[in-house]
Amino acid sequence: MKNVSIKNLLFIAVGFLAAGFFSSCKPPKVDSAMAGDAAKRVYVAPGKKDEIYLFTSGGFSGQVGVYGLPSGRMLKQVPVFSQDAETGYGYSEETKPMLMTSHGYTPWDDSHHPQLSRTDGQDDGRWLFINANNTPRIARMDLGIFKTTEIIELPNCGGNHASPFTTQNTEYVVGASRFSIPYDKDGDAAIAEYKDKFKGTISFIKVDKETGRMNLNFQLLVPGVDYDLSRAGKAVSHGWVFFSCYNSEKAHTLLEVNASQRDKDFIMAVNWKKAEEYLAQGKGMKWAANYAHNVMDEKTHTATSTMEKEVTVLDVKDLPGVCYFIPCPKSPHGCDVDPTGEYICASGKLAAVIPVYSFSKIQKAIEAKSFDGDFDGVPVIKYEAALDGEVEKPGLGPLHTEFDDKGNAYTSFFVSSEIVKWDVKTKQILDRVPTYYSIGHLCVPMGDNIHPYGKYVIALNKITKDRYLPTGPELTQSAQLYSIDGQKMQLLLDFPTIGEPHYAQACPAELITKHEVKFFKLDSNSHKYACKNEKDAKVVRNGNDVHVYMTAIRSHFTPDNIEGVKMGDNVYFHVTNLEQDWDVPHGFAIKGANNSELLILPGETSTLKWTPDHSGVYPMYCTDFCSALHQEMQGYVRVSPAGTNTALKFSTGE
Amino acid sequence: MKKLKIFTRIIIAMCALAMIPSNFVSVWQIQLEAPQYPEGMKMEIWSHKIAGDIDKINNLNHYIGMSQIKEENFPEFKIMPWMIWGFVLIGLFTAIVGRRFMLWIFTSVLVASGAWGIYDFWHWEYEYGHNLNPHAAIKLPGMSYQPPLFGWKQLLNFLAGSFPDVGGWLIIAPAVIVVALLMYEMIRKK
Repeated sequence: MKNVSIKNLLFIAVGFLAAGFFSSCKPPKVDSAMAGDAAKRVYVAPGKKDEIYLFTSGGFSGQVGVYGLPSGRMLKQVPVFSQDAETGYGYSEETKPMLMTSHGYTPWDDSHHPQLSRTDGQDDGRWLFINANNTPRIARMDLGIFKTTEIIELPNCGGNHASPFTTQNTEYVVGASRFSIPYDKDGDAAIAEYKDKFKGTISFIKVDKETGRMNLNFQLLVPGVDYDLSRAGKAVSHGWVFFSCYNSEKAHTLLEVNASQRDKDFIMAVNWKKAEEYLAQGKGMKWAANYAHNVMDEKTHTATSTMEKEVTVLDVKDLPGVCYFIPCPKSPHGCDVDPTGEYICASGKLAAVIPVYSFSKIQKAIEAKSFDGDFDGVPVIKYEAALDGEVEKPGLGPLHTEFDDKGNAYTSFFVSSEIVKWDVKTKQILDRVPTYYSIGHLCVPMGDNIHPYGKYVIALNKITKDRYLPTGPELTQSAQLYSIDGQKMQLLLDFPTIGEPHYAQACPAELITKHEVKFFKLDSNSHKYACKNEKDAKVVRNGNDVHVYMTAIRSHFTPDNIEGVKMGDNVYFHVTNLEQDWDVPHGFAIKGANNSELLILPGETSTLKWTPDHSGVYPMYCTDFCSALHQEMQGYVRVSPAGTNTALKFSTGE
Repeated sequence: MKKLKIFTRIIIAMCALAMIPSNFVSVWQIQLEAPQYPEGMKMEIWSHKIAGDIDKINNLNHYIGMSQIKEENFPEFKIMPWMIWGFVLIGLFTAIVGRRFMLWIFTSVLVASGAWGIYDFWHWEYEYGHNLNPHAAIKLPGMSYQPPLFGWKQLLNFLAGSFPDVGGWLIIAPAVIVVALLMYEMIRKK
């Protein structure tokens, strides 16, 4: 008993000593670098407007979020790749074709990287492009109306991740495959044959200067690794695109281990002007394909989906001068070109340095053939020959870099959860701030332009934890706004975002507001079933299809009483909003409809298809509080049993 | 025959010519402001047409049962351009002839036309403000919606303002000068 107690006492004493030692030596937490006047700097007084538009990818929501900065207020969610019951996108007859793919109707996707259109290397505020990662597609949003107006599917592609990056004058948006796949007949190959049979593709989608209309000009067939991110060259490097590649091990299973073995993966430099030359010489192969091209017509307010049947493919291993690999430390993610176009910095997720390559050195290395052999027929430039310098000990898990207007770079670090500011020329680290938590991409307004706007950096975080009031197991996504005006970065604001904002782009508000559309002109509406005048409202039976040419204006529908619909009919409500004023949408819903409401903007026509499942009298009403008598904006449709002779009739106010 | 001074004749001619542009711009304006319309709405009355946010105004007015304001309901739009051209011709003729009785005639035509214009405008305002559809959604006992003849007036949630527009001032200002000239010529001759 005695012995035991002495021993115990000794242990307890040692325990206290140890506790005291560890607690006294625990280093303090990193300062949050919160600006003292943060509230004033993000406060946008009631009625005042934000300085900047921020477009965030919705991640697994498939949409795009629109925010005002510096307030962080959410302004809109624009439906792109996923159905949206709130606006009827993907539910109305007009918008269903937007979500067609070669796999049929595809009502969801995973959207990652928004890209603004640009002219002379500067955002021009006309369109926003965004990729669908899962079922490879690229969408174009018209920033005059904040609607998705075109979606093109990418054939021969698995996982459209390195996408959609735009060239200096939006000549092209590019999309490269994350998952290489086999191109044998039928695409049927053993997965274990990855190394021999799997290939990647890079799609070059040409964009019409005036209309923005996209067209898959050609695809490059490239070695079978994973293509992750990309940036087009600009200024001195205009004509080139750079891609980061991981999995140069060519693993097809347990990639977290098997694709992390080599010390170096690659940056791939692509000379697209050279590829265009080969294309003009007829070096392309015509491959049969099947991919959807969906276009929303602004006059008919109706989308059409066309299946394209052919694509031109250039195999880079047979075409010298198009593609070069440059070794890059471990599993690079970001691959970012500085404002001068001369420096390309790559962020290896598992690397201890950030390599910065020089475009002119790359050119010299190509000229001098300073190659280290080839990889699947593509020359590998010697690392040292392409390198301008390395940023030493930057942090853990570098992901992505953007730039300000003063020669500084800002790199995000997922593992060490911070943003690091460094000098592009000297490669010296200037400042670091913590992010909350585990930042993925970051965004400097116009941070990938020739002349960045600067002023702020936005952290797009992967983990939210305790930053907001909790909402159960699933939390909101989180972003932070930092000031980069001074020497030190300063935290100004936390703000929640929808979906997972992988990446975001931001530009000054006036680039967008200068061509904002307030409503659609009724005179220009050439929808097949438009009804531009109440007097012309009608109900027409065509076999089992009943077409209702309906109008909506404050505060009634015409017609609002319909009889003569029978069981077995398909009823199409073609509702035209006759309003010609800003912010007067009308909604339309009918009991028992197995889809969504319609949200019809002024001057627009939208169609809801409804198949009654039972006879009876069905109420319909306006769902968007439009006016003082909105609640009175309602009506009835009578559905009679099949075989009865209820006459077709319709009226309003009788 | 009393001759006008050459100075008077030149001013009369200038006044007559100054009226020409009022056939090509808005003569009178009615402005409407409401909490939901901080930017305001404007109805423009030209010599030959109505312009401005007329569709928006008509759409809102249907709640109180006001008749639709439509160009074809106003025969005035066929007459007014000729009246303005008439002013110009009579003015120029007065300047050329240079007789005081012509100045009397010109002034009388202007004053009489002005009086008729004011009455006619008031009459239409009264008509639209009082002749309301008995089945209107919004009916307030004793409430009428006659816009002001001149100045501002609150009508439910709308503040209505009635003022001359550019074309109006291009008639009013020369008319005032012409009246002043007549008075000057009368005093001068005594």
